[in-house]
Amino acid sequence: MTTLLQQIANGLVQGATIGLIALGYTMVYGIIQLINFAHGEVFMVGTFGALAVYRWVLPESVQDQWYVALPLMLLGGIVVAVVVAVLMERFAYRPLRNAPRLAPLITALGVSVALQEVVRLWFPDAEAAQSFPRVFVDAQVDLGPVQISATGLLLIVVSVVLSVLLQTYVNRSRMGRAMRATSQDRDTARLMGVNPDRVIVLTFVLGAALAGVAGVLYGAHLNSVDTNDGFQTGIFAFTAAVLGGIGSLRGAVIGAFIIGLIKTLGGQYLPGGTQYDYVWIFVVLILVLVFRPQGLFGEAERVRA
Amino acid sequence: MNAARHSAETVLEASGVTMVFGGLTALNDVSLSLPEGRIVGLIGPNGAGKTTFFNCLTGLYTPTRGAVRLRGKELPHDPAKVTTAGIARTFQNIRLFPNMSVLENVLVGRHIRMRQGPLASLFHGPGFRRDERRAREKSLELLEFVGLRGVEDEVARNLPYGDQRRLEIARALATEPDVLLLDEPTAGMNPQETEDARQLIFRIRETGISVVVIEHDTKFIFSLCDTVSVLVQGEVLVEGSPDVVREDPRVIEAYLGKPREEVEAEVAEAAAHHGADHQGPAAGRRDDA
Repeated sequence: MTTLLQQIANGLVQGATIGLIALGYTMVYGIIQLINFAHGEVFMVGTFGALAVYRWVLPESVQDQWYVALPLMLLGGIVVAVVVAVLMERFAYRPLRNAPRLAPLITALGVSVALQEVVRLWFPDAEAAQSFPRVFVDAQVDLGPVQISATGLLLIVVSVVLSVLLQTYVNRSRMGRAMRATSQDRDTARLMGVNPDRVIVLTFVLGAALAGVAGVLYGAHLNSVDTNDGFQTGIFAFTAAVLGGIGSLRGAVIGAFIIGLIKTLGGQYLPGGTQYDYVWIFVVLILVLVFRPQGLFGEAERVRA
Repeated sequence: MNAARHSAETVLEASGVTMVFGGLTALNDVSLSLPEGRIVGLIGPNGAGKTTFFNCLTGLYTPTRGAVRLRGKELPHDPAKVTTAGIARTFQNIRLFPNMSVLENVLVGRHIRMRQGPLASLFHGPGFRRDERRAREKSLELLEFVGLRGVEDEVARNLPYGDQRRLEIARALATEPDVLLLDEPTAGMNPQETEDARQLIFRIRETGISVVVIEHDTKFIFSLCDTVSVLVQGEVLVEGSPDVVREDPRVIEAYLGKPREEVEAEVAEAAAHHGADHQGPAAGRRDDA
């Protein structure tokens, strides 16, 4: 029983991370119908951005003061993630805006590989996994029979808060409405004075900021970071977005928590252990694609039409 | 009537608009001028280029030749900037944002008239709340104006057909235009709805907005417009007051597709009635062109 609860807690931490990334997948898909397979890399560069801030920007005297170090590292991670995403949109995807849909999809895979290699080759010592500092309160929090790290708890709280903020922004603000209008009918949105380029850039910026936050907090949670983390976690996030109904914000978050739970519980209870957790996640992906391709939240609550 | 038309300032002026798609000339040297506070009709058979002309006016298409001026200023070929400059439109095939509510559709129309900082919109600061409230009030007023008050929370795609057309008009008005372009505003409407639409367009003009209307329904157009242009195969065939246009035999031919002999007989008959007025090809184009 304790094991079950403990694995549920672990699953929620995983789900929180995956959810922050899945939001970026689902938003970009909603606006330009592109599965941005390089979005996982945005998460990864966010982690490395924060690591760079820790190593080369923060004076040693504040490195162990989390209330100074963590905000600055988050800022660094967000800035790096956003810059990478904006450049990606401008130079890789925008020229292909009117190309057949397969072209930007293949490009996304190329961007993903390129970003992994760039970081692996140019970030000092990044050929192998790097240790990531324990920046947040380094303690376990007791919740009844379950123990959860303070960083894990922070991840869950931040993920839920940011998801709610994003949902409110998209539903109840001028640019949020412009995003939804653009996703439903781009030409008509232009005739309402909406500039689609700005809306698309904003979508990439929001998705990247969330992925950046996820990257920093996840690095701090695992105390390790590797250049291929982004690809793995990105694939989970993509699966979560499809499970929730791609284009749906709420679906992405709920799908992410389900995927997180499948990963930890499958690793614990299903044959094969943690080595097989990928298998269960992709089995879910296949089942969803076969039996409910529109995902859990289908048409309702979608960003796009 | 004529004197009044000439005294009004020209709001929208399209001159020599030509649009070529590949080898097909969809519009050839089309000119149209819209005096302030007037309703101008654009009629013509299917495929005559009416909607193409609207697309050129609103920047969706870049004309091969020719220019569109709003109050003397040439308009850019960018729909968002054209809207900001003061032109709004509706569509022949209704193009609402189907999954947004009625009110939200109108609020999207307010886009260029709203001011919200990025942080304020995330954290709902006082400036943001004031801006949202004002936009909502204005949008509800417009829904009241077109007669859609009370259904503002419905999803747009669930509205009856006629209401969807009225919602498109409210959304267009939300951009605060000087010129409103209506593309077949009564298509698919019953006689009562058509009459309501006519009254609505008159009321829109009363607020100081100048209107261009595309319609198939000639009766509707002739009872609504101050001037009518007839577009046939991408060219302006006739332009003039409804009375002039209505009786022009070439219009009757082009519009109703009558056999040539019959029309020629009518031309002869009309010529007998009106003297030489309607004979040469230049006759119809002479007024106001």
